[in-house]
Amino acid sequence: MANLKLTGVQKTYGGSINVLNDINLDIQTGELIVFVGPSGCGKSTLLRMIAGLETITAGEFTIDGQRMNEMPPAQRGIAMVFQSYALYPHMTVRDNMSFALKLAKKTPAEIDAAITKVAETLQLTEYLDRLPKALSGGQRQRVAIGRSIVRDPKVYLFDEPLSNLDAALRVATRIEIAQLKESMPDSTMVYVTHDQVEAMTLATRIVVLANKGIAQVGTPLDLYERPENEFVAQFIGSPAMNLLPGKIVETGDVTTVRVDHGNGVIAANIPSKPDMKGAVVNVGIRPEDMTPVTGDNYAFENIVEISEALGEVTQVYFKRQDVNSSPVIAKLPGIHRDVRGQRMRMSTEPEKIHLFSEGVSLLYR
Amino acid sequence: MNPALQALVTIIVGVGGCVGYFYFSNQFLDKVLFPAKGPNIARNITRANMIRPWLFLMPALLALSVYLVYPVVETLRLSLSERLPGNESRFVGLANYQTMLEDAKFWEAMRNNVIWLLVVPALSTAFGLLAAQLSDRVRWGNIAKSMIFMPMAISFVGAAVIWKLVYDARPIDQDQIGVLNALYLFFGGTEPQQWLTKLGWNNFYLMAVLVWIQTGFAMVILSAALRGIPEETIEAAIVDGASPIQVFFKIKVPQIMGTIVVVWTTITIVVLKVFDIVYAMTNGQWETQVLANYMYDKLFRAVDWGVGSASAMVIMLMVSPILVWNIYNARKEMK
Repeated sequence: MANLKLTGVQKTYGGSINVLNDINLDIQTGELIVFVGPSGCGKSTLLRMIAGLETITAGEFTIDGQRMNEMPPAQRGIAMVFQSYALYPHMTVRDNMSFALKLAKKTPAEIDAAITKVAETLQLTEYLDRLPKALSGGQRQRVAIGRSIVRDPKVYLFDEPLSNLDAALRVATRIEIAQLKESMPDSTMVYVTHDQVEAMTLATRIVVLANKGIAQVGTPLDLYERPENEFVAQFIGSPAMNLLPGKIVETGDVTTVRVDHGNGVIAANIPSKPDMKGAVVNVGIRPEDMTPVTGDNYAFENIVEISEALGEVTQVYFKRQDVNSSPVIAKLPGIHRDVRGQRMRMSTEPEKIHLFSEGVSLLYR
Repeated sequence: MNPALQALVTIIVGVGGCVGYFYFSNQFLDKVLFPAKGPNIARNITRANMIRPWLFLMPALLALSVYLVYPVVETLRLSLSERLPGNESRFVGLANYQTMLEDAKFWEAMRNNVIWLLVVPALSTAFGLLAAQLSDRVRWGNIAKSMIFMPMAISFVGAAVIWKLVYDARPIDQDQIGVLNALYLFFGGTEPQQWLTKLGWNNFYLMAVLVWIQTGFAMVILSAALRGIPEETIEAAIVDGASPIQVFFKIKVPQIMGTIVVVWTTITIVVLKVFDIVYAMTNGQWETQVLANYMYDKLFRAVDWGVGSASAMVIMLMVSPILVWNIYNARKEMK
């Protein structure tokens, strides 16, 4: 049982270097919250502040209503899994897992029972007397996870736990973590990653961090379908959402826009207020929502510059009319041969369109 | 010639000679002996490459044989022979060793060496580890480190002279220039003490000098080792509930144990050979004799080659196993 609450949390290094500002976040018991964001956005710092490895410059952090700011890490009821596993190299797997229990003055019988149980769950029984250096990367990560489970903490913290594993192992371990979460419905987990797939598949809710603050908090599909701002829209989903400059021509329950380099008008299932008429907006269309059209109403038209056939999809890159911006990308299902050099017109369904005015989605205005 | 000029010429000739040797012998090998051209080019290159390591190692091998291997053999021979008039000598078997073992001064030196061996490496390593750990945690740590390291730059004789002044005693009616006596009188002592003549204790006053020197060495090596410990293992231990002292002894020290052993054994070897400090401060009087000074006494003061060489062999036999262990551990650390 653990509710985590961050109120106005701020982190400043050396009195002047501000990395996080005014973080407000409520984490409920049983949630698996994932922090994502570009490198240097402070996601690991935030996790380390929850762990107690970094001091909180301003604001308050509570677990179950109890102030934690000044509480040493060991008394917060948390356990942490590190990116580099952080196993104690001079101790066997058994000693690694029992270290915290011994420090907590548990009896040998209790320690033994806890380790036997966890080792069985994580299939580590036969490795208990080995040193970490005699284990593979995946096994080491399981020991690191086991080390946190034996302590039976209220809150689990994961700091990019999969990024040192190879691709196949990463998928397997990701699924193991998901199953682990399911087997412990009462534990709260906070997970930091830069990998979108991990975030989308594991999270109950995702916290997107950017510009020293929280860009959006929501369920994975919320962030995908209803991004609050251009940053989240482009950060979630790969390749990133295309943003095409345009103008609102008709307001109401359905907003009609004209894209600068498109033709005719296209409709979006987004309501807008009458005073928005004529406003400059960015029309967001995800690459996977872009479909080739033949009529005169389209959002974008140009020659395909590069095409990447991945088998299940073909990614095509268009050069933009305004020189210095990133290419427009479309993901066409299936295999398309010889699309390179072709002139194509692209558009999408009204419900797949996102509209952003001054960086903020019209959905949230 | 002016000695300074002489030194300069020596340096130029010495360094120039070394560079010249490597350059010209290499040229000779590649251009004259096995030139990389002609019908046998492949064979020549292979042969030149087989010879090159020996060519480059030769000066070191020669110097080592003349100044290390030969003296060992000659010392062994001398320790087994008796000196006769007219630069003659006669084989006497283990008689010199017998004489030495019956000499009370030898056993005093052995006892003192064992005490040095137990105290100095332990204290130097412990103080070095402490200094390394603590100086990393304060802002002025680097200044502290330089201060602690500085004695390393002083020769043993220089250090001995400095510490002789620390232990110096003046008559009661004069100002004490010895820091220890000044403190002693300040804190209520009545009479200046001749510290270096205090039997039993004076050994430890001498050891303090070597500990003072070697702590800097231990600190520098151990500080580097401590910084090599992955930060995340320390953080994991903190999250696991370890106190700073538990982190230090249960997480940090075990991870640098290999380095600690290397430092310990290196200092042990220095201690076994300790000579200058004892020679300059007490010359083995007042029961402070050590093996190296005993050897010097016999060889050059009593001109007893036999017993002197025998004691030199004893020192070598004591150093060798520790040296082997030291190198074994150092290699393991480097992997």
